[in-house]
Amino acid sequence: MVEAILLMLGMGVVCGSILSIASKVFYVYEDPRIAEVEGVLAGANCGACGYAGCSAAAEAVVSGEDTAGVCVISGTEVAELVGGIMGLEVGVAEPLLSVNYCDGGSRADDKYYYSGIHTCAATESMYGGKRVCSVGCLGLGDCVKSCAFGAIEMGKNGYPEVKEGKCVGCGACETACPKDILKVRTMTERLLSFNKETDALAPCQQTCPAEIDISRYIDQIRTGDYEGAVNTIRERNPLLLSCGRVCPHPCEDMCRRGVEEDAVSINQLKRFAADYEMNSGKRFPISCAPDTGKKVAVVGGGPAGLSCAFFLRRIGHDVTIFDMMPKLGGMIRYGIPEYRLPKEVLEWEIEGITDLGIKVKSNVKLGHDFDISSLVAAEFDAVFLGIGAWKDYNLNIPGEDFKGCFTGIDFLTNFATYQQEEGLDPVFIGKKCVVIGGGNTAIDCVRTLVRLGAEEVSIVYRRTRNEMPANMVEIEAAEHEGINFYFLAAPTKVIGDDNGKATHLEYLKMELGEPDASGRRRPVAIDGSETLLEIDMIVTAIGQGPDIGFKTAEGKRIGELETTRWDTIDSVNPETLQTNIPYIFTGGDSATGASLVVEAIGGGRRAARSINQFLNGEKVINEENSLFKRNIPGTIFPSVDGLVGTTRATMPELDVDYRIKCFDEADLVITEETAKKESSRCLTCCRICYNKDKEKAA
Amino acid sequence: MELIVLAISCIFVNNILLAQFLGNCPFLGTSKKMETAIGMSMAVIFVLVMAGIITWVTEEYFLKQYGLQYLRTISFILVIAALVQFVEMFLKKSIPALYAGLGIFLPLITTNCAVMGVCLINIKEEYTFIEALVSSISYAVGFGLALVLFAGVRERILLARVPRPLQDTSIGLITAGMLALAFYAFKGMV
Repeated sequence: MVEAILLMLGMGVVCGSILSIASKVFYVYEDPRIAEVEGVLAGANCGACGYAGCSAAAEAVVSGEDTAGVCVISGTEVAELVGGIMGLEVGVAEPLLSVNYCDGGSRADDKYYYSGIHTCAATESMYGGKRVCSVGCLGLGDCVKSCAFGAIEMGKNGYPEVKEGKCVGCGACETACPKDILKVRTMTERLLSFNKETDALAPCQQTCPAEIDISRYIDQIRTGDYEGAVNTIRERNPLLLSCGRVCPHPCEDMCRRGVEEDAVSINQLKRFAADYEMNSGKRFPISCAPDTGKKVAVVGGGPAGLSCAFFLRRIGHDVTIFDMMPKLGGMIRYGIPEYRLPKEVLEWEIEGITDLGIKVKSNVKLGHDFDISSLVAAEFDAVFLGIGAWKDYNLNIPGEDFKGCFTGIDFLTNFATYQQEEGLDPVFIGKKCVVIGGGNTAIDCVRTLVRLGAEEVSIVYRRTRNEMPANMVEIEAAEHEGINFYFLAAPTKVIGDDNGKATHLEYLKMELGEPDASGRRRPVAIDGSETLLEIDMIVTAIGQGPDIGFKTAEGKRIGELETTRWDTIDSVNPETLQTNIPYIFTGGDSATGASLVVEAIGGGRRAARSINQFLNGEKVINEENSLFKRNIPGTIFPSVDGLVGTTRATMPELDVDYRIKCFDEADLVITEETAKKESSRCLTCCRICYNKDKEKAA
Repeated sequence: MELIVLAISCIFVNNILLAQFLGNCPFLGTSKKMETAIGMSMAVIFVLVMAGIITWVTEEYFLKQYGLQYLRTISFILVIAALVQFVEMFLKKSIPALYAGLGIFLPLITTNCAVMGVCLINIKEEYTFIEALVSSISYAVGFGLALVLFAGVRERILLARVPRPLQDTSIGLITAGMLALAFYAFKGMV
């Protein structure tokens, strides 16, 4: 017994002392924090984080290769402890989530039916694909099997769906998927990604200037997941209520169903989802990344500025918007009339954006109340110039300065301000009004004038109805509301009386000649066709450009900012929107000239991406293989087989007799039932790549 | 000659994994990928050889001397654990390349039943030092052989259509059983 105790003691002492000596002799310096970090990690050695065991993960954290949130199976508590050891501010780590993007990656050329080997990996390596699809998911569920957390399941459409609540972002599915369909991305990465040539994108998403994942949100509307639909839209477009009302939806022009019959009414569906949120009485939560401590000044609170601010805020930057008007919204508040976009709706939408923690300074104008150097002095790290296009072009004809002559944006802005502010003088309204121009601003002017009680409202346009750049729906609505159209008429002179008041507009009749650079036939004047039109108010709405008066303000560095001959701010690369002064970025109308709201929203996000690169000290470059204002070759089909005839949902409108007397919103939202029906017309291009009408018929 | 026969019997006939069924946890756990299987096999060979030597010495010069064979199991655990720990420290300092390759497996097999089992077999069979050394190496090689074969089979199984209730570990165990049956064919050899 004594021997046994002695032997064990002896062995213990020997082993112990050898080890302790060895630990001295073979000592390798190791950051003490590694042991500390390892101590707080879960200790399961599960490897889900991608490192061989917890100690390897701890090493990675200490060496800075990974973040405090390395452990995928323990929650924020552990991340905070690790952060504490590392002396980091973890805040709440931005979660990584797996998403079924189905945006292509490597595409299979083979279209092969095979059912013997039931894994994606095998099918992919042997045959390239199972579905009749040149892009997408094989649908055999390798990802489902790979997920240790049960977060992926095969949806009823045969492609995997990720349950966000369960996903820990370990990336196993991304590795398992041979087709690059499942991707693990942080929200920041998702918010800043742009269409790529190699992605599998539905034609509508390729065309949308804001690059909204249209087929995805329509799919969500169909399944009744309206919150999901709103979130999908918000990943690309923060102004969904406004866009749902005023967007001329270029996406619908490219709709594959539209090749054979009426396109899916995409914008009405967007409006339905957006209105659903507003009418539900609560705001769906919007996630923001942890604060980065970087400050960005956004000059101009219009769609471009709001979009840029929204995305910068969501990826964690500190944003302040400076706007010259009393309220945010820019052209969509002061240029778009109440009957198209009620201020109440706009107010609600903008509040949702600024509530994310965006600071707003209104009634301050660049070049008057502050300039770029004062922003730099206030420690802003980058500046976004989204100053819009607020300066009307003039006709440059004699008599333009008679009383009763106005310009389009001025008129709309003055009236909108009068509507929203108290104690202002009413805007002058003539009895016989004429609006010169054929764009949306001109239509907005005439429709506003009708509502204000002008007896006779006309449009004078130098080309024909077919060449009018305004949206067709708007033109039709104006026709319904009793507007006179004088086509092929070019104003030459304004005639006034002795009191300096305009009385007549003289115009020349035109005929169409050869097509010009824009592809529209150039109007040619007919000699001696001068005609007089009796009027007492003229509104010129022939286009507008940015007001770059701030550039001349007192020899500051801003003078070096390069602008084009159309007064737009020149960017080094139209995709990055960085100007020649590296910390200044631009977007929206001030970069493109007067254009669509949705274009400005896309531009704002584009600039947000570049600003983020700039703030992180990276090179400001556009996305590789980016699909910028182009379509993927081969994805725009001349014909689509097997469509069963369906009818497009019609837009409910207020009755004409009623609506021309007031500023109530003229276009109404579709019902839930119609939305469901309309959303099922979507072919879900590039989410499932087969023709569902044909399937149904078969 | 005898040593060769001993080696063959250890590698094939009495294969530690498939005939003695020792060390099944790493057999199932690290056999999903060929790469890990090979790393694990190397680590087992490395540790087993050293454990075989040290435990033989412990048995021969300490336990037997004082008639304390009943303390065999506990003292072997102590000795093997201390040894592996020591080797790990040594490798980290002196041969970082080898440490990088085997490092993560070493702590995992400190108290592996295959390692312990071979050490106990060496004593039970009353091998001489040389015999013990050969048997340790051979058993470890046998372990590696079975593990690598098994990993190869499992990689193929991934491509096959397996009924849901039998997926993953279940089919693994069935495969292991069949592999064991195959090794049973070596029974008459020695």
